[in-house]
Amino acid sequence: METTIVENLPHVSTAGVMIKAMMIMAIISAIAGFGTFIERKVLAFMQRRLGPMHVGPYGLLQLIADGIKLFTKEDIIPQNANKLMFMVAPVITAATAFIALSAVPVFPNFTIPSWVPLLGGTFVPSIAADLNIGILFVLGMMASGLYGPLLAGMSQANKWGIIGSARTAIQFLSYEVVTGLSLLAPIMIVGSLSFVDFNNAQAGGVGDWLIWQQPVAFVLFLIAGFAETNRTPFDLLEHEAEVVSGYATEYSGMRWGMFFIGEYANMITISIIAAIVFLGGYSEGSFGWLTIIFKVGFFFFFMLWVRAAWPHVRPDQLMWLCWKVLMPIAVINILITATVLMV
Amino acid sequence: MGLEQFKNRNIGEQNYVTLDLGEVPSTNLDRFKQVVSRTFKGELFVGLWVTMREMINALFNDNMHTVQYPLEKLPISPRYRAIHDMLRLLESGHYRCIGCGLCEKICISNCISIQTRYDENQRKEVSEYSINFGRCIFCGYCAEVCPELAIVHGSRYETASEQRASFSIFEDMLTPKENLSLQQEYQGYGSVSDNADENIKKTPLAY
Repeated sequence: METTIVENLPHVSTAGVMIKAMMIMAIISAIAGFGTFIERKVLAFMQRRLGPMHVGPYGLLQLIADGIKLFTKEDIIPQNANKLMFMVAPVITAATAFIALSAVPVFPNFTIPSWVPLLGGTFVPSIAADLNIGILFVLGMMASGLYGPLLAGMSQANKWGIIGSARTAIQFLSYEVVTGLSLLAPIMIVGSLSFVDFNNAQAGGVGDWLIWQQPVAFVLFLIAGFAETNRTPFDLLEHEAEVVSGYATEYSGMRWGMFFIGEYANMITISIIAAIVFLGGYSEGSFGWLTIIFKVGFFFFFMLWVRAAWPHVRPDQLMWLCWKVLMPIAVINILITATVLMV
Repeated sequence: MGLEQFKNRNIGEQNYVTLDLGEVPSTNLDRFKQVVSRTFKGELFVGLWVTMREMINALFNDNMHTVQYPLEKLPISPRYRAIHDMLRLLESGHYRCIGCGLCEKICISNCISIQTRYDENQRKEVSEYSINFGRCIFCGYCAEVCPELAIVHGSRYETASEQRASFSIFEDMLTPKENLSLQQEYQGYGSVSDNADENIKKTPLAY
């Protein structure tokens, strides 16, 4: 298990990686936009409402209307803000979210048919950058996404923004520990940091899924994933009842939209990691990629479901949960896993 | 049951029942046990199930609460007092109003104005009748006092229009001649809604 399957694949050219990068940008942005529609619909159904209904059939074109609104809205920069930081911060959030996706397998391998002019015959890989330290890279990139909300809140000369960015710092830094420690146990079992190795290690069907060997790590990773993506039980960064909109208070138009796209891209990334590391990932065969889409869709739906069902916690409860409950459990889990592996 | 126990306001003499709020943990071990028991209680999953149940009910059991208003309308109560209707006699099709002027007299906001004259048969006929809906408070006295059931409250509650005069002239409120067979009698004060049976529920205490 020391190498990935790079040797088995056709030559990955620069053009293929470029195409893949553009695919990720275009498709994940579209899915993130569509995710807002799905979120509104699911939340509405769970509250016995209809959700958006008037723009297009069943409100399907609502996201286009939202896009037009975001793009044409005035871009306001507050007078006392640090202008450079204020303008750069949303880009950091969106960029780190998409860079993290570059090391994650999204969509199957395919070769562009040879009749296509210029690009015919180019092999487009499943992973844009097939690193052998994929998980480490993805976690690192998602962690550096912390700078987006942090700089945004500090640069905007707004007290709600300051509180929001302070909450960002404590929440993301604390839960980074739990994410890393909870993924460490599966990494020890598989013995690799590559997503492809994880996928191959669980290729033997449902019985081989790592969730059966590591249920505790799975639950810990889900909890930490909710905190890292700023989803509802832990959405303290921009909880409007307390801090107006947190770090995004002064943002408008497309700069705010970039925070939004970054959050949804992060939700997709966390869902993909959970699906590959714990639930077996994609399977072989021509329709194998449908299985991972189904799993990712389930995790995405689960995040919306939780938002409809559960109240959110206080900041002190969040810290208590992280440092006094989750982190000790994660360490104990690693110790037990290590003991079992040694013996 | 007598009312004595409710009239006695002296604290400490009533038979109050103390609610069982459970034990508050005092030692650290008890607190730890409480955290562990709450962690494995599964109450979070009850919450998840409740929202999922509501979603299934809404989507598949036709239990959606949204009324898409301009396209769908809820039935209104027959007691509802909206824009007035002037009714006609079913036999002859002549309007019922006899020009007695009681509605103008009783109107507490002075919004009804009626003028009458004798026609060629020396019968009273209404020459001018208008209701100023800028003043009308929809109290219903005019409909209650009318001896002929001629002026009643109809069901037109969508009263946005370009001019107030649009529905305040006698001819506008009068039932159109061709719709005479569709004319609704006013069911009277105290009548129950059409869907009253569906609206009956147990009081919350019963469940």
